[in-house]
Amino acid sequence: MADALRRPFFWIIGLAIAAFAGAPLGHDVELRESLLLAAVYITLASNLNMMLGYAGYVNFGSIVFFGLGGYFCVYFMGTLGWGLLPSVLVGGVAVSVLALLFGLGILRLRGIHFALATIGVNEAVMAFVTNFQPWGGSTGIYLSTGLFQPLGGPAQALWTVYYLLVAIMGLSLYLSYFVKSSKFGMGLLAIGQNEDAAAVLGVPAPRYKALAYSASAFLPAIAGGLYFFKGAFIQPADAFDLTLSTEAIVITMLGGQGTIFGPALGAYLYEELRGWLLTSQTFANFQLVVAGALLLVIVLFAPGGLMGLFYRRWPRLRRILE
Amino acid sequence: MRKLLLIPAIGICLAAPGFAAAEDTITIGMTVSQTGPLNVDSVAQLRGAEFWRDEVNAAGGIKAGNKRYKVRFVTYDDQSVGGRVQQLYTRLIVQDKAQFLFGPYSSGLTATAAVISEQYGKIMLIGGGAEPKTYQLGNKYLFQCITIADYYLSGAIQALKEKNPHAKVAFVYSDDPFSKAVVAAAHKQAVDAGFTIALEESYAPSTTDFSPIINKIISSGADAFLGGGHYPDGATLARQLYDQKAGLKYVAILVAPDSPKFTTLGPAALGVTVPSQWEPQVKYKPDFGPTPEQFAKETFAKTKVEADYHTASGYITGLLLQHAIEQAGSIDPEKVKAALDKTDVTTFFGHDQFSTDPKSHGMQIGHQMVLAQWQMKNGKLEKEMVWPDAAKTADLNYPLH
Amino acid sequence: MIGLLASILDGVLVGAVYGLAAMGITLIWGVMHVVNLTHGAMIVAGMFAVYLFVGATGMPAYAALAPVIVGGFLAGVALYWVAIHRMIGQPPLMSLLATFSVNLVLIGLGTDVWGTVLFNVPVSLPGFSLGRYTFPGTHLMAAALTAVIAGALYFFLYRTRAGKAVRAVAGNREAAELVGIPTTRILALSCGLGVALACVSGALIATLFPFTVLSGDAYQLKSFVVTVLGGMGNPTGALVAGVALGLLEGVATPFMPVSWTLVIEFVLFVVVLIAFPGGLLSVRLRRGRKPG
Repeated sequence: MADALRRPFFWIIGLAIAAFAGAPLGHDVELRESLLLAAVYITLASNLNMMLGYAGYVNFGSIVFFGLGGYFCVYFMGTLGWGLLPSVLVGGVAVSVLALLFGLGILRLRGIHFALATIGVNEAVMAFVTNFQPWGGSTGIYLSTGLFQPLGGPAQALWTVYYLLVAIMGLSLYLSYFVKSSKFGMGLLAIGQNEDAAAVLGVPAPRYKALAYSASAFLPAIAGGLYFFKGAFIQPADAFDLTLSTEAIVITMLGGQGTIFGPALGAYLYEELRGWLLTSQTFANFQLVVAGALLLVIVLFAPGGLMGLFYRRWPRLRRILE
Repeated sequence: MRKLLLIPAIGICLAAPGFAAAEDTITIGMTVSQTGPLNVDSVAQLRGAEFWRDEVNAAGGIKAGNKRYKVRFVTYDDQSVGGRVQQLYTRLIVQDKAQFLFGPYSSGLTATAAVISEQYGKIMLIGGGAEPKTYQLGNKYLFQCITIADYYLSGAIQALKEKNPHAKVAFVYSDDPFSKAVVAAAHKQAVDAGFTIALEESYAPSTTDFSPIINKIISSGADAFLGGGHYPDGATLARQLYDQKAGLKYVAILVAPDSPKFTTLGPAALGVTVPSQWEPQVKYKPDFGPTPEQFAKETFAKTKVEADYHTASGYITGLLLQHAIEQAGSIDPEKVKAALDKTDVTTFFGHDQFSTDPKSHGMQIGHQMVLAQWQMKNGKLEKEMVWPDAAKTADLNYPLH
Repeated sequence: MIGLLASILDGVLVGAVYGLAAMGITLIWGVMHVVNLTHGAMIVAGMFAVYLFVGATGMPAYAALAPVIVGGFLAGVALYWVAIHRMIGQPPLMSLLATFSVNLVLIGLGTDVWGTVLFNVPVSLPGFSLGRYTFPGTHLMAAALTAVIAGALYFFLYRTRAGKAVRAVAGNREAAELVGIPTTRILALSCGLGVALACVSGALIATLFPFTVLSGDAYQLKSFVVTVLGGMGNPTGALVAGVALGLLEGVATPFMPVSWTLVIEFVLFVVVLIAFPGGLLSVRLRRGRKPG
């Protein structure tokens, strides 16, 4: 653990966080908005990486954590009148507990069955929330602008949310990093290589998988809470949109599954691309085409993603990056 | 008007060399659902707004004090998706420096856009969001130009009551903010009118198979249908109600039947009534701007498509903004807001007045709706106004079967 | 009571078409252990094929079925060579992502070309009335055609040599290779069949309901639910499960708001995945549960 602190990558993560926090310099709203989305993507991809990259389990429905975290936070703040920090924290814990429960059920499945089950969980939760009146049903929940007052008004609140999201992103990167250098992480990687062999060698696979699944839910849930608080609005179609899960998978694969820098790099590049495609008239719908094409190329020719390519070209990088 | 035109015309000629740099423009930002299920109605709304912009610019621009401002739109496609709306409105404000905003189409998208406009303190005029809740969250800069959702079905209920005071109604509506608000209010109005509510159920907005729910309508013994949502589901409902011979005596569907595209349903369109914010046959006498007749004729001439109430809603947001800027004599947001708050006018669209009560700021309190019905006139399907009595152009066709 | 009966019958009719769609997935899975995530895009392709066909030739929609089947078959073979061939034998994650990415590309292109507007194939067939309830003629026709196509598939699988080869490869690829079956060609053939099934079910759905480019996702999910319920790799199971799902929807709708049926379907989906990995039918056919 102490060794992990001394490695250069630890400080590289710190630098990235500082860059995100400092770049908009407290007043460049445009930059802040685009970096905010990048931070969300990085959070989602890094946490997804724990299941996908380390343990080899494809979580197609990872968005369900983000959405549920958003719902808990918005519900606590809007209906119960709690403050922002307690809402996101309790939301995060609640979602992790739910993930543990779901996990107990679906983690005994392997491969494609697990992947399908994660989609099933996402769709079932979305269908349920759509009917769940205390959470607004299909209309969702709107937060009144008054809720931004305790944070100093809307303009100030948006900055606060941004810094909090950058912090969450940082925590996600550090979490990935420390897990990877720990015994737990090694166990996960072993499971990813060959689950049965790992079990035979003494890795407590079911426990580790459940822990990873639950842990990979916590930070995205908090990120979801912050994100939907910022938008002051949440509805099932947005909260449980499989497209975001999809993009998280593409990003993780693009950057390099199993690495830490990979998802971050992939997320950042993807977000820039997406931002450009969003407003380009001809390409507004090309976002998914590009995502799909990228993913296909990676899967067919470069399963290690960008980081895989970098490491092969410049093996020395392995010593600095993760 | 002509004399006023001369001044800027000469001014423009004199300033021609520096024209490109010095022309005063107002940038108005909005998102349009160019794609997605809200496409039909959203594009109609945009057409109306663009028609207003072109007219205003042809006349030299909006007069604010002794300056004239040309109007420039910046629009993005929100794809009928709430998440994109927020990103795009933020971009409109932060990057494109829009000074004023028009809302997107549909109550759901309007609510998400309103969050952004309020966060940045920009005035937003809304022609496509009828749900009242958006205006009850403590806003300062929203202005709703159309009647709130609560009154959408009151006309349909009144008209039905005159024909059948003991009607058995089925409320079947899309699970979206707008339709839910409409039916919540209509439920009370139906009960007050003495109707029996045989069925009340919502469906997912993306539903394309209504046969299970239509079977339920038939089982419930209802003889009147009130509901729907936006264009795709409304149109499909009309078609499937007809295909399955649901045997209803009265059908009132929200939004969809108002579009000229509705005629493509052929016989399934006949007899369907629709609550409307505006019809070409209304007889309002405007304080300023075109008369209803002029508006209908000119829009058709310019866009080659019949004007429906969405086109009119798009136009009125521009017209009311223009009026407020002219009254304020400036484009300063606080002065324009004050002028908008004082608005109490009648135009081709009807009477418009915004609530200034902080608990419901910007909500429309002046405008009235009408009820239209598709009827056969000289062998063609035409939309007639059948309610209120003072304004109608034809009698309500009842019962349908 | 008649209302319930009408609801159930209608559910069964539509459910049959869902079963047909599911057969496409289950066939590909059974033969090559690949989950075809382009299924949704292929369903949409079938829908648009009918729409364009009717628009271009003015012939009745059902005439489009034959070209759709042929086109779908060719598309499936192409899909095999582009995305799946390299993935055979690799970890399932890769083939999953490969077909998934092709799906993204196809849906994205489709959205670019056709937008997300609602399309409609006008089909008018006289319905069948039972008291106050009408069964739309389109539903009856679709179910009938499903039966015909499913029947043709069975004939192929159980009465022809090629079909036998397919079943052999599904059973044990190496053994099939050993007895001289050109397995790669059989894999391509099976992929073609699976996609053809997806396309033709899409074509049939287009005659029933309006659709958009994005409808594919919803039907793909439904197909997966049906496939899992029927047991992955089991075509009979898929058809039966489709009808069963339609039955479930028909029974449920008179008693609860239509929106709850989706919740039930997905919960059932997850439960069956966890508790009955061989599908609901396997519970009856086997004594104990197959491990893993």
